[in-house]
This record gives sequence, structure tokens and C-alpha cells, in this order.
Amino acid sequence: MGFLNKLLTREPASKDIAKKRLQLVIVHDRQPLSPGLMQIMKNDIILAISKYVEVDEENAQLTISQGTGRHRIVADIPVQGLGRRLQS
Amino acid sequence: MSARVITITSGKGGVGKTTGVANLGVGLALEGQRVIVLDADIGLRNLDVIMGLENRIVYDVVDVVEGNCRLQQALIRDKRLPELHLLAAAQTRDKTAVSPDQMASLCDDLRSECDFVLIDSPAGIERGFQNAIAGADEAIIMTTPEVAAVRDADRIVGLIEAAEKGPPTLVINRIKPDMVKRGDMLATEDVIEILAIDLLGIVPEDENTIVAANKGIPIALDGQSGAAQAFRNIAQRILGQEVPFMAIAAEPGLLGRMRRLVGR
Repeated sequence: MGFLNKLLTREPASKDIAKKRLQLVIVHDRQPLSPGLMQIMKNDIILAISKYVEVDEENAQLTISQGTGRHRIVADIPVQGLGRRLQS
Repeated sequence: MSARVITITSGKGGVGKTTGVANLGVGLALEGQRVIVLDADIGLRNLDVIMGLENRIVYDVVDVVEGNCRLQQALIRDKRLPELHLLAAAQTRDKTAVSPDQMASLCDDLRSECDFVLIDSPAGIERGFQNAIAGADEAIIMTTPEVAAVRDADRIVGLIEAAEKGPPTLVINRIKPDMVKRGDMLATEDVIEILAIDLLGIVPEDENTIVAANKGIPIALDGQSGAAQAFRNIAQRILGQEVPFMAIAAEPGLLGRMRRLVGR
């Protein structure tokens, strides 16, 4: 019986799978800019900041979040060796 | 007098928009409201057959917009409910036969004729949808508890808010209580959590809806089944009455609770 199988295998209810998938896909759908455009913008921002500090490109992140009313672009860009530069 | 103009829309096709418009129109007319249901699905009209008024159409919405007839000539009075009228879509034209501006001005003309204009939106997000919301004051989003329908509904929520018609309210259609109990269908709370809009109504899956469509007699007219009652409830909520939501699989059954204890 399907139900007993689910009970024994501890398979999550299919509606919970549906809900998780929906939540993920909708986060993506709600992004106002395409992933490609976000990548280009991220590269440009890194390029600009790199003129002044050494940037950890691998771990840089650019996201658009939906606040109340307007969108907000948040750049999380780790920098390397900033202490040394301040001293010089 | 100025009517409220409400568009029923969904993004995805086949979730029950047309059935919803017909039955909410009936529900509001049963409450003594003067109602015009407007089919905005030009080229693929169906509201006429769902209401059983297909043999009485002489003029349609495109005829009105193009000035081929007076507005009054195109309003088909439902003999079962004298306060209910249909303005049919054209069948031989396409969405581009009418512009959003023309629809907005048509809706303004209809305002003085009734208490409610309910607009049946076509599926999709293109011209037909833009036409359907152009003249609306508010929107009702209809969805089913299925991933494709909910995802498309979310897209439509954004478009309605962008068009400054929002926030829309939500009707969840075709809920299968047994599947919800088994955990195999998104529950009402799940859909609300994802879409984050106010719930206007829940409608159970109901075979009587198909029978009613076969006959051209909307179930809300005199049906006692779940969906008939649900649509009448929604109509009353639109009028501001406090009507409790139907108890459709509100709680998981004993087996579901057991599984929740054991599983996950």
C-alpha cells in the first residue's frame, strides 16, 4: 500500500516536496534581472572596487532583495589584505 | 451609481476562471446585486456556454467597442436571474481587436449600468490579460493547489501590483480533501504562505461543476453541492459579509498525524 510504503521509507509528503520546489522557483521568478545581467553587473562592481582594494572574487555575491516598495541591490564582497593597504 | 469592476485572472489556463466568473456572477445576483459578467477572452470565448446563453448572442464586446451597436443591445439578460447580464467576447476576432484603453473606457461605461462588473480574463500575461485588467478596480486570482498554477499565480500577483490594481485576493479552486489529508496536495495554508495574499475563498473539487457546464446551468444557481455553496459564500464575502471558510480538509486525518509523528 502506498501509504505504508511512505510510512516505512519516511518519504516526505508529495505536497511538501511541491511546496519546497515552488518556494525555490518563485524566489527565482521574482528576480527582476536575469542571472546573466546580474553576473555582468557583479563583474563591473568587482572591477571598480579592485582599483582600490584586493577583492576575493570567488566569494563575492550580488543579490537583489525585495523590501517594502522598492528593490535593493546588496553586494557582499570580501576584501583581502585591507589592513596592509591602510597602513601603507 | 458606480459599479465595482473586478477581474478574475490566473495566469495559467484551465484552473476555473470562467466557471468562477459565472458562479460569482450568479452568487452576487442572488444577493440582489445588478451584475454584468464580461468575457474578455476574445477569440476563445466560453463564458456564454458555461452560462448557457450561447444561443442568445447577437452583438459582442468588439461590436460595442467598434460602435456597431449600442451597449444595451449587447447586454444579454439571464432570464433565470434578471439582475444578471452577459457581455460576450467576439469569437471570430483576436485579442488585438480591442486595446487596453478601449477596455478601460468600456468598463467606465458599464459602471453606471450595474453594481458589479466581473471580467473573465484569458490565460496568459499578454495583450488579452492586459485588456482584462485595464478597466478593473481590483483583481481576484484563481488558482488550483498545483505547482504550475501556483507559480503562474505568483507571476500574476506581481503584474497586478505593478498595474496598481492590487493587492489581489485569492480563490483556491478544485481542492481535493482526500489528497490534502494524505499530504499529496498543497493545503490552503501552503498556498497562502507562498503567494502571501489574502484568501477570499476555497472551492472543493466537485463533479457537479462538470455536469453544470454540460447543461449550461451554473451550479451556484440552485446547487447544494460543495462548490455551489463555496461560490455563493465567496459572493457574500465580496459584499463584505463575514462568512466562515468551508471546512475542507482543515486538519490532517489520524493517519496523516501518525505519519507526521513517525516520518520527517
